Amino acid sequence: MAETRDDAPGHPVVQLTLMRLRELRREPGTLFWVFGFPILISIALGLAFRNTGPEPVRVGVLPGVPADVTGALVAGGVKVQPLDEEAARLELRAGRVALVLVPSAGPGDATLGYRYDPMRPDARLGRAVVDGILQRAAGRRDPRPVRDDLVRERGARYIDFLIPGMIGMNLMSGSMWGIGWVLVNMRVRKLLKRLLAAPMRRRHLFYAQALARLIVIPIELAVILIFARLAFDVRLTGSVIALAVVSLTGSASFAGLAILVASRAQNSETVSGLMNLVMLPMFVLSGVFFSSAHFPAAMQPAINALPLTALCNGLRAVIIDGAGLAGIAGSLAVLAIWGAISFVVGLRVFRWG
Amino acid sequence: MPAEPADTAVSCRGLRKVYDARRRWPAGGTGAPVVAVDGLDLQIRRGECFGLLGPNGAGKTTTVEILEGILEPSSGEVELLGMSWARDEVRLRERIGVALQETRLPERLSVTEVLNLFRSFYRRARTAAAVLDDVELTEKRDAWVGKLSGGQRQRLAIACALVGEPDILFLDEPTTGLDPQSRRQLWDLVLKFRGAGGTVVLTTHYMEEAERLCDRVAIIDHGHIIKEGSPAELIRGLGAAHVIEFALEGSNAPLAEAELLALPAVTGARLSADGMCALTVSEPARALPALIALVSGRGAGLAHLETRHATLEDVFVTLTGRHLRDG
Repeated sequence: MAETRDDAPGHPVVQLTLMRLRELRREPGTLFWVFGFPILISIALGLAFRNTGPEPVRVGVLPGVPADVTGALVAGGVKVQPLDEEAARLELRAGRVALVLVPSAGPGDATLGYRYDPMRPDARLGRAVVDGILQRAAGRRDPRPVRDDLVRERGARYIDFLIPGMIGMNLMSGSMWGIGWVLVNMRVRKLLKRLLAAPMRRRHLFYAQALARLIVIPIELAVILIFARLAFDVRLTGSVIALAVVSLTGSASFAGLAILVASRAQNSETVSGLMNLVMLPMFVLSGVFFSSAHFPAAMQPAINALPLTALCNGLRAVIIDGAGLAGIAGSLAVLAIWGAISFVVGLRVFRWG
Repeated sequence: MPAEPADTAVSCRGLRKVYDARRRWPAGGTGAPVVAVDGLDLQIRRGECFGLLGPNGAGKTTTVEILEGILEPSSGEVELLGMSWARDEVRLRERIGVALQETRLPERLSVTEVLNLFRSFYRRARTAAAVLDDVELTEKRDAWVGKLSGGQRQRLAIACALVGEPDILFLDEPTTGLDPQSRRQLWDLVLKFRGAGGTVVLTTHYMEEAERLCDRVAIIDHGHIIKEGSPAELIRGLGAAHVIEFALEGSNAPLAEAELLALPAVTGARLSADGMCALTVSEPARALPALIALVSGRGAGLAHLETRHATLEDVFVTLTGRHLRDG
C-alpha cells in the first residue's frame, strides 16, 4: 500500500485556490454576475443619461398670443407649442413645457404673461431665455459686450461618474458573494468540516479565498474599463498603481466583511439575507448611481464612514481626477479599518461545523 | 492517566458532550441543554474494526466527531495512537482518515481534482491513481463529482480519507442511503483496509453491516454504551441463538408471556403491540412443536411463522425494548 508521491499536487493554498477558480469558471451563472451584469447596467444607464447637446427650451402658447411673439421665439431656437388652457395645464405639470405664454388681459393692455413653477430650474431657465429673446426682438440693446467661451470638460458626464461606481459595486459584490456565500455554502455542504478533519491549516483556506480574488479582480477591472473606454470613451486619468491599490484595499475590506457575515450563518438563505442587509443600504447611500452629496448634511459623516462610499470616492478620485495615493489616503484608511475589524471579529466567531 | 497497552488505537474515558441550547445561534435553541454523549468509555485495538451501533440520535456521530478531533468534548479524555488532540493535533491529523456522515464534495471538480486537493494537505500522500484503483473509480477519474452516483460519491469520500495512508479510518454511517450492491462494494473496501492492518471505527444503524464488518461493537443508546463485545458474543448473551416470530389469527385471547416462557427451550419472549410475538430459543426443533400445540389448544391458527438466527437487532430490542430503526 506504500507508493511514493510521483505526481505532487503542490501546495494546499494552490489546490484550494484552484478549487475556487475552477468552480467559478465552470459555473456559467457567476460569469454573468461578475462580468455581464455591470456592463449591462452601464449600457442601460449610459443610454438613459447620454449627453446630446443642450436641450431646446419648450414653451406652450395659449390662443391670443400675438404672432410676432411666436415668430421671434421660433427664430431664437425655442420650440413653440400652441395649447389650449386644459392642455397647457397638463403639459406644464408634466414638465414637457418649461413655461406657458399667456395673452394680455384686454385690448388696452400689451402685457404678456409668463406662467411657470419657480421651483423648477428648467422653468426659471426657460423664462430667462424667452424673456431675453422677446426683449431683444422688441428693441432692447444690451449695454455690456460679452463673449461666450465654451468648454467640453472630459470626466464631467454622468457616465464618467457611473463607471467608477459600477467598479466599486462590483468589487463589493464580488468579495461578498465570492467569499461570504461560498464559505457558507461550504459549511452547508459539510465541506468546511471535512477540510478541518484533514490536516489542512485553517489559514490556508482564507489565503486561498484571497488569492482567488486577487486573480479575478484584475480581470473584472479590465473588462469594465475596456468596455467603458470603447463604448463611452471613459479614460483612466490616474495611475494603474493607484487604481490597483484602491481596488485591492476595497476588496480586502469587503472580504473581511464577508467573513464576518459568513462566520455563523448556517444556510444560504440566512447569509443571502445578511449580505443584502449589509449591501443594499450602501447601494443607495454610498454614491454608486448618484452623488451621496444629495443626502442631508446631518447624514454625511455616517455616509462617508461607509466602506462603499470610501471605495467609490477613492475610485472616482483615481479614475476621473487622476489622484495619486496621497489623494486617496482617507478612503484607504476607512477601508482598512473596516476590513481589519471585521476580519478579526469574523475569524474569532467563525463556525466550521 | 494510566499507561495503555501499546496496541490500543483509540481510547476514551468519561466522554460527555452537552450542547448548550443558548449557543445554537442563529438557529434558535429550545432552551434546555441537550446531553448527546453521557459518560462513554471505549478501548479500540489496533487492527480491529470497531462498530458503534445504535438508533438515530443515540450519540454515535457526536462520539466519532469527538474522536476525530472535530468536536470538543464537554468533559472526558481521548487518546489516539498514544497522542491527544490538544497536544498532537498536527501529527494526529496526518494519521487518521475521515469520512463524515455526509459531505458534498465540490460538484464541479473532477474526481482527480478532488483527490489532489486532499492529497495536498498531507506531507506523505499516495498517488491519486493508486487510491482510485483501490476504490475502483479509475474509469471515473475525469468525471465531475456532480455526475457520480451515490455509491461512487461515497467511494470517493473514502478515497479522500485514504490518500494520507491513515492508521485509523473513521466512517460515519458509510452506507446509509446506498443500494445493496454499492453497500457490498463499500464493505469490501473496509475489509481490504482492515486486512492490510488498518484500524476502522464506524457507526451504523444497520445490524447486518455491524455483523459483517465489525470485530467488536458497542451498542449505544441515549449517549452511553449499553453493551459491548463481538457480534457473536452479544448474540450469545441472549442465551439462545434462534428466534421464532409468529402471529395468531382468529384468537380473542392472546397468549401470556408466562405461558410462552414455560415452553421447552424458550429463553425469552416479546409481545409487540401489532400482535407479533418473538421468542428467543436455543433449540427450535423442541420449541416449535410445543408452540404449535399451545396455539391449536387455544383453537387459534398461525397467521405468520418464521424461524431465523438471532441478530444484533434482537440484542438491541432485548436491551431497550425498541427497534434500531425506530430511533
